[in-house]
Amino acid sequence: MATVITKDNFDQEVMGSQLPVILDFQAPWCMYCRRLAPVIAKLEKELEGKVRIGTVDIDEQPELEERFDISTIPSLILFQAGKNGSTLVNPPSRGAIMNWLKEQGI
Amino acid sequence: MEHVQVAVLGGGPAGYTAALYCARAGFRTVILEKLSAGGQMATTSQIDNYPGFDEGVDGFELGMKMQAQAERFGAESFLEEVISVDLNAVPKKIVTDSRELTADAVILATGASARKLGVAEEDSLVGRGVAYCATCDGMFYKGKTVAVIGGGNTAAADALFLSRICEKVILIHRRDTLRADRVYLNPLQSCDNLEFIWNSTVDAILHEQKVTGLRLRDQFSGELQEIACDGVFVAVGQLPNTALFEGQLTLEHGYIAADETTRTSVPGVFAVGDVRTKALRQVITAASDGAVASHYVEEYLASL
Repeated sequence: MATVITKDNFDQEVMGSQLPVILDFQAPWCMYCRRLAPVIAKLEKELEGKVRIGTVDIDEQPELEERFDISTIPSLILFQAGKNGSTLVNPPSRGAIMNWLKEQGI
Repeated sequence: MEHVQVAVLGGGPAGYTAALYCARAGFRTVILEKLSAGGQMATTSQIDNYPGFDEGVDGFELGMKMQAQAERFGAESFLEEVISVDLNAVPKKIVTDSRELTADAVILATGASARKLGVAEEDSLVGRGVAYCATCDGMFYKGKTVAVIGGGNTAAADALFLSRICEKVILIHRRDTLRADRVYLNPLQSCDNLEFIWNSTVDAILHEQKVTGLRLRDQFSGELQEIACDGVFVAVGQLPNTALFEGQLTLEHGYIAADETTRTSVPGVFAVGDVRTKALRQVITAASDGAVASHYVEEYLASL
């Protein structure tokens, strides 16, 4: 299961993570986020031991939403060694996520 | 190389109904879906015109149920994106991001996607002020000014939805009247924070880090005007997902030419759902296409 990320555990779970972390910014009412969820779940299994996945509910975590300048969901951000890469907004396919990861060396 | 009897491209209601019928008929059937089941239907939380659900049904859940139902009879889902197809080969060839396979019959159920405006930098501004789903992204523009582009039902529904959240909504349409259904017109006219700009198209999206406004072109005078807004919601219709098939079968206005039998110009290739030329694009007509296709798939497979 993906880790639920909050402003309180962000530093420890994301910035301090040994493995790269994909943060999935979403909300329960977001239809496109639900469509993405099965793909993210599958990806989590495939990338086990290589990449971790965290979810941010933007309604619950306005600080994180603002800090990473999220204005469309779903949005994915990859964190490696405490640094965030480019934001992937509403990927249309699993392939789009794989390419985005590949560009960042995953 | 893996071989199947029936490959279904796309896992919306048309694709999964086709898969259900083909799998029940005993054919080895796979569904290739680039994201997850349900297609466009999965982005609607309430479908009120699919019979059998008197209280309406959630499109995402209906998609998941259609997938489970087809899989119960042996259909296999691969969450993979199709990269290329050769529909005229015998058997037909399909390359996905993870495998190559051949199929005796192919059912095209790739649906349609939101049409883009087609102006410079539109793609790079998605998430920075350009959006295609008001119910998804409207809340980010609470108390702000947004533009809605389009004149159909989606544009009208988006404008109404946004008018309840935003400070001001500007509806921009290239004609001088809306194409939207009558049910939307009165509520739109009684919105006091809604402004119409008629006979205008988007010439450019103005931005710094984020969208700051639009440059509009008057359709008649060609005159340009700039308006300020924080967000742009694009609702200019649908585009059939047929790029992979261009040059391989007959298309009409971008849609795959096929009549009610779902047979296309290529033997053994069938088109179902929104991607097919048809009068009414609804969940029920998509599902219906899937059932009909299985009948003609069976006929085709028997002839091989």
